[in-house]
Amino acid sequence: MDKTTEKAPRPNNQTSVFVQRKRTFTLAFLGVAALFVVSAVVTNYEIIGGLESIPKAVIWMAQHFVPNAKAWSRLPYILSKLVETALVSVAVTVCAAICAFFFSLLGTKTTRTAPWIARIVRIIAAFFRNVPDVVWAILLLFSFGQNILTGFFALFFSTFGMLTRTFIETIDEVSASCVEALYATGATSLQTVFNGVIPSSLPEIVSWVLYMIETNIRSSTLIGILTATGIGYLFDLYYKRMDYSSASLVVISIVILVIAIEILSNKIRKVIM
Amino acid sequence: MSELDIAGQPPVSLDIVKYMRKTRGGKIKTATKSKSNRAIKITLFVLLALTIYGFLTFDYKNVDIAKAMAGTWNNVKVLFGQPKLTYGTWGGSLKALFVTFSLGALATIFGAIIAFFGSLLCAKNIANPYVANITKSFVAFIRAVPTILWVLIFTVAAGLGSVAAVIGLTFHSAGYLIKAYAESIEEMDEGTIEALKASGASFWQIVFQAILPSSISRMTAWTFLRFEINFTNALAVGAAAGVGGIGFDLYMAGNHYFDLRELGYITYIVVAAVILLEMIATKIKATVR
Amino acid sequence: MPILEFKNVSKVYNNITKALTDISFSVYEGEFVSIIGPSGSGKSTILRCINRLVDVTQGSIIFDGHDINKADKKEIRQVRKKAGMIFQHYNLVDRLSVIENVLHGRLGYKSVMSGVIGHYTEEEKEKAFQILAMLGLTEQAYKRCDELSGGQKQRVGIARSLMQEPRLILCDEPIASLDPSSSKIIMDHLSDINETMKITCIANLHQVDVALKYAKRIIGITAGQIVYDGPPEKLTRSKIYEIYQSDEGELITDVK
Repeated sequence: MDKTTEKAPRPNNQTSVFVQRKRTFTLAFLGVAALFVVSAVVTNYEIIGGLESIPKAVIWMAQHFVPNAKAWSRLPYILSKLVETALVSVAVTVCAAICAFFFSLLGTKTTRTAPWIARIVRIIAAFFRNVPDVVWAILLLFSFGQNILTGFFALFFSTFGMLTRTFIETIDEVSASCVEALYATGATSLQTVFNGVIPSSLPEIVSWVLYMIETNIRSSTLIGILTATGIGYLFDLYYKRMDYSSASLVVISIVILVIAIEILSNKIRKVIM
Repeated sequence: MSELDIAGQPPVSLDIVKYMRKTRGGKIKTATKSKSNRAIKITLFVLLALTIYGFLTFDYKNVDIAKAMAGTWNNVKVLFGQPKLTYGTWGGSLKALFVTFSLGALATIFGAIIAFFGSLLCAKNIANPYVANITKSFVAFIRAVPTILWVLIFTVAAGLGSVAAVIGLTFHSAGYLIKAYAESIEEMDEGTIEALKASGASFWQIVFQAILPSSISRMTAWTFLRFEINFTNALAVGAAAGVGGIGFDLYMAGNHYFDLRELGYITYIVVAAVILLEMIATKIKATVR
Repeated sequence: MPILEFKNVSKVYNNITKALTDISFSVYEGEFVSIIGPSGSGKSTILRCINRLVDVTQGSIIFDGHDINKADKKEIRQVRKKAGMIFQHYNLVDRLSVIENVLHGRLGYKSVMSGVIGHYTEEEKEKAFQILAMLGLTEQAYKRCDELSGGQKQRVGIARSLMQEPRLILCDEPIASLDPSSSKIIMDHLSDINETMKITCIANLHQVDVALKYAKRIIGITAGQIVYDGPPEKLTRSKIYEIYQSDEGELITDVK
């Protein structure tokens, strides 16, 4: 960071800017360093051990984390669970998006709902967004048990909260101007939504839905471990049995699925934007 | 300008009719034929079809949905209405919260350091396109593996504990921040870099004299945003991999003690922390942009 | 009888910012009125009070026999469909076709459901095409609005307002985002509409010379108050300086 001083002399007023910037940098650096030390102590983090573990893990993965014949024989089962997880992610995102869209209409300025309604909508969205999906998963386990619906609803609540906020922001940003014009023609709120808000914000909304599907596939792996469903459970099962070959095949299948969805989403985004 | 008199409704002249597109039923079409509209329709249709197909094929294991929902509603009321600590202590929960916070912080710091150098390899305006593509593919791979799986994999190599959690979380943080930092760098003015190159500045001089000063504020905003995400991830990993922190307490309260009130109490602590972090992140985002 | 009447209208935003203070004027059928004044003087607030996009704080506005402040939802719809509006930034639905945007002008006449599903009669569509022909846009009818130039977009805006069969057209800085030649086309169209179709026009303009050339009556406002109301010929230079509160030579006269 001392590179900033290695330059030719400057006029005085500029130097002071540089001195100040350097001071800010130093302060920020010290702050981050302090945070690092405190965090490392609190969590008993061993820096050397951490560094050592990376090559160790790579070597271990190269030796054990490779699919063998037994693992390949499980491929059909793994794929069926993978498809199930992907379908859950799509279904959750689509359902949450439909609910979030209609809910967000109550929260945007474009529909001219009463300010107190808009505020309540935002508070509800914040509630669902900020209660972590892990909590929902654990809570739902009580009544739903180890069921596909446990993961479904856990993801549904957080996706709903997240998408409601995003949709409100998107709609306010994209359609404010045409909405004003439509109201000026004498259109009703509902007509304005269908003729102005939906056509102008749909591409952004589809793009967000695709993004949430990607995110939810990853999240559903974790939720699956907690709720013993889907591909997450399968990984956990092989992992606990120390059948690392099969576990590795699960990871590879997830990677391929996620990357495929990412590539497809990017293609779709390019066309619709 | 010959048909100015609209009020008098002249018959539709032939040269207007020529421009009208008609449906098979002879009605005038109004929509454009745009590729994007068709792509949106197809995407929505496919997603909807997959959703319906999913609901039809899911294995519900004969769960009584109505009963389970009613039960869940009661549980929600207990969870949020009667929070109470039985097994843990207030101080213990705060300490666990701090552990989760620290796990997130460590992963963010490591991720930011790796991402800073990684983004230099990735940003279009400074990197070699060949290297950039390799880096991007590598990052895409890293990001495709769910965080929890990284943590579990490292648990085998490094043992159950903070090392596995932090490294697992760092992978995604680095992947996310490399993309974000590279975009911040790409947004800076092309001319500045050119001018410095022309004046004979070395690569690292350009990085520290031009790139860092002009993109540091955006990078800071992204880093805080990621910290917010890392906190929630640390929580999730704590619950699912048992690496400690308040996430593990959540898991114990729910899946071990089956105590909704305890779960509620910890949930309140977690939600307060998440909201606080979100507020800070929003504030930082606002000042930076 | 005037078509539009402002009686002692005041508007205060958020209980603090005074936008309009005691504004009174009448507009008669067929007039072309231009409201001039510096930005922030309350020009757009005046227009938006007429179709109740903005609620006034005090006073009353009578348009086409309706007391606008006392109008309920249904009546506001009646008022709005009789008052077309065009905007500085065109405010079109960019991703829809030109013809769909023009047809939006009919929404005020439709039942909620047929408006929602976008069902228009063949006569309405033919009429939309005629209006487009008049404005020289037939070839663009099936293009998406984001493919058009600024001048073309504004003509779509005019077409949408004509589709409403309005008695009054409100123009909020219609040429502020356009180059001089497109500006001239737009102003000529507005002038034609005013003369041949006898539709009353009220246009906010910040270019004084455009206002002088096209309007039959000028209303000058400064800080929410009317400081001039009369024909363009009687608007002296010193009065213009008073309206713009500027010294000689600083006047905005960018379009010839």
